[in-house]
Amino acid sequence: MSQNHSYRKLAFASLAALAVTATAACGGEGFDSGSEVQASAAGPVQLKVLIASSGDAETKAVTDAAAAWAKTSGNTVTVTPATDIKQQLGQGLAAGTPPDVFYVDAGAFADYASVGALEPYGDTFAEKDNFYPALRQSFTYQNKLYCIPKDFSTLALEINTEAWSKAGLTEADIPTTWDQLKAVATKLTNSDQVGLAIGDTRDRVGAFMVEAGGWVTNPDATAVTADSPQNLEAVDYLKSLLAAGVAKYPKQLDSGWAGEAFGKQKAAMTIEGNWIRGAMKNDFPAVKYTVVPLPAGPKGPGTLSFTQCWGVATKSANHAAAVSLVAALTTEKAQLGFAESFGVMPSRQSAQAAYVAAFPDDKPFIEGVAYAQGPVNAPKINQVLTDFDTALQGLPKANSKEILTRLQTNASAVIGK
Amino acid sequence: MSITVTSAERAAEPARRPARRGAGRGLRAPEGPAGWLFVSPMILVIGVFLVVPIFMALWVSFSDWNGQGSPFSASVNWVGTKNYANLITNPGLTQTDFMTSIRNNLYFVLIVVPLQTVLALILALILNAKRLKAKSFFRTAYYFPSVTSSVAISVVFLFLFSSSGAVNAGLNLVGVHGPNWFADPRGVFHIVLGGLGVNTDSPPSALTGHGVGGLSWWDWLSGPSVAMSAIIALVVWTTAGTFMLFFLAALQDIPVEVEEAAEVDGASAWQRFRNITLPLLRPTLFLVLTLGVIGTWQVFDQIYVMSQGAPGKTTLTPAYLSYDSSFTNFEWGQGSAIAFILFTLIVVLTLAQRRLLREKDGPSRRELRRRAKAAAKAPEPART
Repeated sequence: MSQNHSYRKLAFASLAALAVTATAACGGEGFDSGSEVQASAAGPVQLKVLIASSGDAETKAVTDAAAAWAKTSGNTVTVTPATDIKQQLGQGLAAGTPPDVFYVDAGAFADYASVGALEPYGDTFAEKDNFYPALRQSFTYQNKLYCIPKDFSTLALEINTEAWSKAGLTEADIPTTWDQLKAVATKLTNSDQVGLAIGDTRDRVGAFMVEAGGWVTNPDATAVTADSPQNLEAVDYLKSLLAAGVAKYPKQLDSGWAGEAFGKQKAAMTIEGNWIRGAMKNDFPAVKYTVVPLPAGPKGPGTLSFTQCWGVATKSANHAAAVSLVAALTTEKAQLGFAESFGVMPSRQSAQAAYVAAFPDDKPFIEGVAYAQGPVNAPKINQVLTDFDTALQGLPKANSKEILTRLQTNASAVIGK
Repeated sequence: MSITVTSAERAAEPARRPARRGAGRGLRAPEGPAGWLFVSPMILVIGVFLVVPIFMALWVSFSDWNGQGSPFSASVNWVGTKNYANLITNPGLTQTDFMTSIRNNLYFVLIVVPLQTVLALILALILNAKRLKAKSFFRTAYYFPSVTSSVAISVVFLFLFSSSGAVNAGLNLVGVHGPNWFADPRGVFHIVLGGLGVNTDSPPSALTGHGVGGLSWWDWLSGPSVAMSAIIALVVWTTAGTFMLFFLAALQDIPVEVEEAAEVDGASAWQRFRNITLPLLRPTLFLVLTLGVIGTWQVFDQIYVMSQGAPGKTTLTPAYLSYDSSFTNFEWGQGSAIAFILFTLIVVLTLAQRRLLREKDGPSRRELRRRAKAAAKAPEPART
């Protein structure tokens, strides 16, 4: 009995000692948050780059470009393709040892910027004005440009040319307004196919909101404008398409995404981004289609842009080298090379002409950037938007006004703070 | 000096006494420190990788740590029970999401645990049958899903349950048009109610108008969604093999004589199973049920690989929500709070289960006391 007592004491003592050493060890790394940063390290440095790669082509292209920079600058670079960038970055940031340079998606950018994970190098970046203003806005948080956009995508309207001519439609019928879109979708709908397949999330439906002159927030994402009449008009328009059966969500067409329904010819039109090119080429090479700009809404043309930037970690010890690497990866030449090898659009305005010359079919995509809206640029908004997506999936049965009121309430709880 | 005994001395007295007694305790006494020395590497490992992180997470659940650097740095603040309140009592999206995840997981547990236990028992009984040939083949076959990586199996199930996959093709053969499994957020109970004539588009207002935890009663009563049902099928299939081994080991421990005696007495196969095998399996049954409940409340990998909470949040589980709050929203406090609520829930359920199964096991303490009293009064207690 007594022995047990003294052993128990010993056990507690050793555990307590352990706890102290462990916390001390953890603290040693993390206490001095950000103060140990050197502006420029002397001599060659080692950079770690973490990318959310779309495949081998992208990994190889980025690795090669980084290696070229390393060679001329005398530094070393390791490029790692992430299996789950969110989780890998989260671990790195919590441990105080994040990669120096990494991809940041515009949809998650505000989360990273708001917790101070990103070094705001954008405002002092040479030629920053050469990058499209819409994309820069996506990486601006509290009036600071944090990082330089890597590339981007926009949404456009894809039309199956065979179904189009079969329905007796011609070049002149290409829709430029909502009414025309509805009319052609109706004409294209028959027992085998639906007129339009559209993804059931804010990343597609949001385009209608932009065309109606609305959006979830005001331009600098400081106030929520979800329950505006413009948004209601957009959601009601979508609801009318779905209710009439001339538009359907992919899952109603037994497809994982709208591009699949389009490729299987279950839909004659779809609204997707330039990534659909690769999917069509690989999975449905026989389907002929054309790409046109999204039809304009009551307040003019509108589309959504999706982009990623080259984030530089606040905790990186080699800011100067990291920014110099980003500069090398975002030159016009590098961006056109990336476009060639894995099909992304350059984020520099000066590269547009060369891009259109090389890929004339992608003109509607790249020109969309002039009137494109990026993802909602506010921290902690993801949960709210996921809820909005869930509500959109309830259309056409659901009440449009209730959906937007709910979005307004939930978003205000996050953005009003 | 010698008369006054200070309080400190008095307090030290009892502590000293046992130590002395301990020291003079025979040959084996010096083995103690050596024993601690031998187990210390394990304690060190468990301490650093298990005990300390648990206490760190407990601290995080009461803090506003955002995942940048150490949670013990000066910029991290104590926020009291705010993280817990947002999940449980404060109305808002956080509460709704958490309650939705609890609902989803509750249905998951209620369906998976009985199914996998029964399936495991049936498989074990088949394997334990005397006449079965190629026993080791079947044993391996049944156990195979349990040893295969859950991620690999999840991916295979994604193909099986895709809209044009093998499951729907099989259903088509019998004339049923299968749903688009992983895209169907409809609750199974809602579908059944719809089939019984309830208008599911505008459900009874008695159910939609009221609720608890930010969800209406109608939402609570949805049942698992079609998508969740596919995950349930997967989990039952993969874990039944493991529990089958538990049952098999217990079955082989049952002495043959008992069975034979029953057989001689003329008990039928069902009677032998019901009155002999099943009672003797009770400890194993308790173990299997407990492990089942703990495992199912913590379901994560299948959700992470297959659905990530979609469609319509119907496969959101607390474990996945905890991950999502932490890594996506940088609400690490909230993520840890979810983990601790889940922990509490599991402990409470396990204790409740233990009590439920133990009372049947034999007379309760109160009953024993009552019997003892009765025995003291009556000179000859009736005993069988």
